[in-house]
Amino acid sequence: MKKEGLIDHESIGHFGGVLTEAQKNKGLLIHSLQSIQAIHNYLPEDELKSLSKNLRITLSEIYSTATFYKQFYFTPRGRNIARVCTGTACHVRGAVEILDALKQEFKIEEGETTEDASLTLETVGCVGCCGLAPVLTVNEEIVGEVEEEKLEQIVDQIRGDNGGSNEEA
Amino acid sequence: MKRLEDIKGLEALRKKLEKKTFTEGSKRVHACCGTACMATGAKGAIESIERTAAENKIDVEVVKTGCQGLCQKGPVMVFEPTGYFYQKVKPRDAEKMVEYSLKQDIPYRQSLYRKDYLSQPVEKMEDIPFYSKQVRIALRNNGRIDPENISHYIAVGGYAALEKALGGMSPDNVLDEVDKANLRGRGGAGFPAGRKWWHTLSSGGDVKFVIANGDEGDPGAFMDRSIMEGDPHSLIEGMLLCAYAIRARYGLIYVRHEYPLAVKNLGIAISQANELGLLGDNILGSGLSFTIDIREGAGAFVCGESTALVASMEGDRGFPRVRPPRLSEHGGGVWGYPSNLNNIETFVCVPPIIEKGSDWFRSIGTENSPGTKVFALTGKVKNTGLVEVPMGITLREVIYDIGGGILDDKAFKAVQTGGPSGGCIPKQHLDIKVDFDSLWSVGSMMGSGGMVVVDEDTCMVDMAKFFLAFTQSESCGKCPPCRLGTHHMLQILERITSGSGTMEDLDELERLGKLVEKTSLCGLGQGAPLPVLSTLKYFRQEYEEHVNDKYCSAGVCKGLGVYVVDHDQCILCGLCVDACAFDAVKETRDSYFIDLDYCTRCKACLGVCQPKAIKVFRNTKEAFEQKV
Repeated sequence: MKKEGLIDHESIGHFGGVLTEAQKNKGLLIHSLQSIQAIHNYLPEDELKSLSKNLRITLSEIYSTATFYKQFYFTPRGRNIARVCTGTACHVRGAVEILDALKQEFKIEEGETTEDASLTLETVGCVGCCGLAPVLTVNEEIVGEVEEEKLEQIVDQIRGDNGGSNEEA
Repeated sequence: MKRLEDIKGLEALRKKLEKKTFTEGSKRVHACCGTACMATGAKGAIESIERTAAENKIDVEVVKTGCQGLCQKGPVMVFEPTGYFYQKVKPRDAEKMVEYSLKQDIPYRQSLYRKDYLSQPVEKMEDIPFYSKQVRIALRNNGRIDPENISHYIAVGGYAALEKALGGMSPDNVLDEVDKANLRGRGGAGFPAGRKWWHTLSSGGDVKFVIANGDEGDPGAFMDRSIMEGDPHSLIEGMLLCAYAIRARYGLIYVRHEYPLAVKNLGIAISQANELGLLGDNILGSGLSFTIDIREGAGAFVCGESTALVASMEGDRGFPRVRPPRLSEHGGGVWGYPSNLNNIETFVCVPPIIEKGSDWFRSIGTENSPGTKVFALTGKVKNTGLVEVPMGITLREVIYDIGGGILDDKAFKAVQTGGPSGGCIPKQHLDIKVDFDSLWSVGSMMGSGGMVVVDEDTCMVDMAKFFLAFTQSESCGKCPPCRLGTHHMLQILERITSGSGTMEDLDELERLGKLVEKTSLCGLGQGAPLPVLSTLKYFRQEYEEHVNDKYCSAGVCKGLGVYVVDHDQCILCGLCVDACAFDAVKETRDSYFIDLDYCTRCKACLGVCQPKAIKVFRNTKEAFEQKV
């Protein structure tokens, strides 16, 4: 049980006493996947295999659950993650144009990562900032009322990150 | 803080806190720190206030509150004791505000709210039309208190309902009161909370769960998020009262993972309540034991459906299942234990009902839908944000009085309520009352409370397509009507919006929609066709226009219409020539024109044309008649 630290049996919650061992393990699954992703940025296969041993859940079952949810990724992701909100309010106020602009700028499609791993472009259902539509999130930061100038700044910011790593190389 | 041993201890603590919190005349700034205001720069403004106040040796308390509602004008803040309400606060303005409003009690006019440039500024929050028509029950503390500070909540009367219930009401009294208040579920379906609680109670058994559904996935809705972020203790108190009434031992809050601030604030609130003895074993010496844990969702819209939510909490794929057994029955709830699941807003309405009585609650709103409802007013209105209105208010009042009318004074076209499972309500129904039953009667629904206003520039077919695309991609895939039906309907809509639809397609769309509505397993599938069916009902001429004339009058859909350069407005900049990937824009010595044989109607030229000289017409005949 070398990955013991990752699986915190306390985190099942106060009601752990009324559950069977199998129920507890299953109940911890999504939580564990979230902590693996928090460390690795995606779900590496090796980690899932050891998780399967620790929680006594078959690997196929883990994949069954993990693939159902949008939050989980199975390939490494970019250093920056830009999410264009495509919720109703943003759609009405021009989210599609923002998405198209970013796609063109970085020559990637939705859900893809650039070759230099500087950016992953995604869409998100709604971040709940509809009052500021259209909204774009860059990493954890929320940028509201996106227009051309702000978009250019963001593009520069991401490109700048890219430039830094090139110099090192 | 010390753990409270009995009810008297809580009473004494409140008296003590009331004296020293928010005292009259003390200098305070209630600054909104909701997600939207943080995104518009609340942090910088607050730092600037604190710095300037320190420089001027002014003793000021900055209260970092949850969402105050007027998100579009963010960052917003209220200066006490004068009560001046400031909007769009920049760090530079903040310095001035400290000088004007804290040092000398005069308003800083530049940052006050104005309806437009020419009208007089409004000084107080309650005088702004956006706030004056609102009645705040669920949002009673949002914008007033610091969500991370339990003392604030207790000082403004928090946990008083718990005190009253544990002190002099039996669990059945509490349940009766909620039942009499006819509090209907705020999650959308409107099922009376009291009856749900009875069901769960009558299921018996030693172990029962109380679940708060904070999986607010509807695009265009953020009521629950604002409550969880801005007033988490209200939710805890509501859940405690429910637990007391139905004799439940464990509580669970299911929150979307897209709401990190809500998770954080709830976590802080729960640990504070634990510390104070308001959660845990033998709460206030009453013998009631109750604990709350948070479960984070992992990004699946369908998990807002109660059976799917339970599956997700158990660690499975979030598939809904057939009911019965209901959640409130044995074998139906989480891990098979009877569970009572309510929406966040429903729980938050419970403490005021217990405190002030069911008669008070029934005096607000309408006969069959008492109380208030929080709406997320978004889309093309002047004031977007969070509003709480009494049930029975008309849509017109919400959109024109509170929302301030349509952006750029364009024409109102429709309002979409109920999120992706709701319908569009056209102009002729603007005067209907907003409550559960009236909205049903015009083919929409209350839903969780999203209200998206669209104007003449929005294509209703495109709108329906957008919602259907959302539900189609969020369909869990368990039942065929939803999985295949929505897919097929979406294909038809794609055909129509790209100009290759036929009149038979419209009939097929209607037939399929009704089929999906009738035969789907859960609320997601049953509601998915509603946007299409309601737009087909009220805006059929727009569908017909796309099919027959190959034209989109709102100018949204690509590949339709005839593109023409208006030579009177053209400034000969030539940007359209560069933008066109198909060489359709031709150049003569003194003008540009679009060669319709090459034009693919991709709208690229439309986007770059600054004077808006490129026009889209129904056909060449119409273009000719307009003498372009």
